[in-house]
Amino acid sequence: MSATATHVRAAAAHRAGSLERQRKWALWGSYAALSVFVVLFLVPPVYMIITSLKSSAEISAQAGSPWVVHSPTLENYTYLINYHNFQIYFFNSVWVTILVVAFSMIISVMAAFSLTRMGFWGSQTISTGVFLTYLIPASLLFIPLFQVIGKLGLINSTWSLVLLYPTLAVPFCTWIMIGYFSSIPKELDEAALIDGASYVQILLRIFIPVAMPGIIAATIFAFTVAWGSFLYPLAYLYTGDQLVLTVGIVSDLIRGDVFLWGKIMAACVMAATPPVIIYAFLMDYYIAGLTAGATKG
Amino acid sequence: MADGTGVAVGAAGMSRQRLAPKTGFARFMRQRSTIAFLMALPLILLIAGLVIYPAFYAIYLSMLNKRMTQFVGLGNFAFLLKRHTFQLVIFQSCLFAITAVILKAFLGFILAHLMHNIPGKNQRIWRGLLLVPWVIPLALSTLSWWWLFDPSYSAFNWILNYFGFKSIPFLGVGWNARIVVIMVNVWFGTPFFMIMYLAALKSVPEQLYEAASIDGAGATQKLLFVTLPMMRNIISITVLFSLIVTFADFDIVRILTAGGPQDMTHLFATYAFSVGIQSGDIPLGASVSLFMFPILAVAAFFVLRGVTRRTKEIAT
Repeated sequence: MSATATHVRAAAAHRAGSLERQRKWALWGSYAALSVFVVLFLVPPVYMIITSLKSSAEISAQAGSPWVVHSPTLENYTYLINYHNFQIYFFNSVWVTILVVAFSMIISVMAAFSLTRMGFWGSQTISTGVFLTYLIPASLLFIPLFQVIGKLGLINSTWSLVLLYPTLAVPFCTWIMIGYFSSIPKELDEAALIDGASYVQILLRIFIPVAMPGIIAATIFAFTVAWGSFLYPLAYLYTGDQLVLTVGIVSDLIRGDVFLWGKIMAACVMAATPPVIIYAFLMDYYIAGLTAGATKG
Repeated sequence: MADGTGVAVGAAGMSRQRLAPKTGFARFMRQRSTIAFLMALPLILLIAGLVIYPAFYAIYLSMLNKRMTQFVGLGNFAFLLKRHTFQLVIFQSCLFAITAVILKAFLGFILAHLMHNIPGKNQRIWRGLLLVPWVIPLALSTLSWWWLFDPSYSAFNWILNYFGFKSIPFLGVGWNARIVVIMVNVWFGTPFFMIMYLAALKSVPEQLYEAASIDGAGATQKLLFVTLPMMRNIISITVLFSLIVTFADFDIVRILTAGGPQDMTHLFATYAFSVGIQSGDIPLGASVSLFMFPILAVAAFFVLRGVTRRTKEIAT
């Protein structure tokens, strides 16, 4: 075995010079190509920020390049911060998101624990069903749900979102948690059971701390759904006091034919900041959870 | 050791029996499967009440007339199929989903390979930058695309004019708008493909490439005979999943064009919205949505098959 190893190493050393050069070229080529992609990908967000720093007068004057801010101003931001409606949209988004994330996580962690570790008649079918539910897009059922929400008297109420967003978030959160929970060795909870722990104790003391990365990933997913969805609020909410950010920006800052682009873009920047911050810090957890869903099953 | 565990389990069983309550109902409530069922109950109720029930309700709704007073059977579906606008919707939805998914898969594959070349520490930063489109809520970034394509202020047209080209009416002409809508979707979705493929690339054992090199395989051969077979399952899962999501897309078209010009960019979701919610014809809207179902069901079936297969592969 060592003979082959030395043989391989010798062959590698022989070609090392050219390989090294090839690798270097591949590396710089990759950097160059990636830079092109990064520039292309960042055009809309960068332009969003550029526009948000311009005054309405500068935007409508169309003098010079639109890609440059000639006299930067924060007036759009100060306007929005003091604009009562925008405060309401932001507040609505925040509390809908908090409630949805909390409900979704409670429901999915309990369900995932029960499905992976305790099991009951039909739990296997439910696991498969959960995954299939994840594949149902929001736009398939929003019309019958309009009727359902109407019957519940929740049309034009943010409570409709608190009720409906979990249907989008919970299946995938449960799926992530099933993946993480089933990777915890069975010996761990058997030992705890023998020591007289109840299932609730096992869940709270062992599974949740051990599967923390999964919980973070699932929380981010629920957050993404609750913060950024557009279809449900557009279909079910219509008065200013109930709107959330995604819809509020569109319906409030576009007044007939007048587009307040500077303010729209500033509002978009402010609404996009929370997710960007969260992803900047917790991206690795989220990607691990997301790819585990497909690679680990 | 085996004996030891055996004894321990036996002792635990005995102590549990001793602790077990006397009454039938209390015992039933303390049973493992009962607790398990109760813990899964919120999930079951949620899915049954707000997914399965509305799904059947949609089928019922789609068979009513506009005022929901009369049963018309398959009348709505027949009416839709005969309508020119709806034929455009079917064509555009298929064009949109297929083109966008192919482009996303292709670009994502290239990006994942480029990213894989870069050493670990830098990779995080580059990956973060490339994931920005996917991180910003789609409704918000689409607004900024709209602004970029604005008929009179378009920043892209400014660049074109600067280099002496004529302005392009991006959203005003049918085929232009169709291409723009697909482009925005590709912009949004490519990062997702990139991270899925990158994860798959990282899971290919390095020894396989070494072995292939020793056997004299070139870069193309390594790609064709090592990388692609190892990634096949994830590629198909990601493509099919994205096909579902793209096919059912709503935000981009709704914000950029609202279906126009001349209904040429309407997708099933946006058309269902304009018919069902805006024009108030709930049954017709429900039938538009239901047209998506067969395609989604087929894709979902294959995704599920891919995922179970993958699970088995990893288990063995």
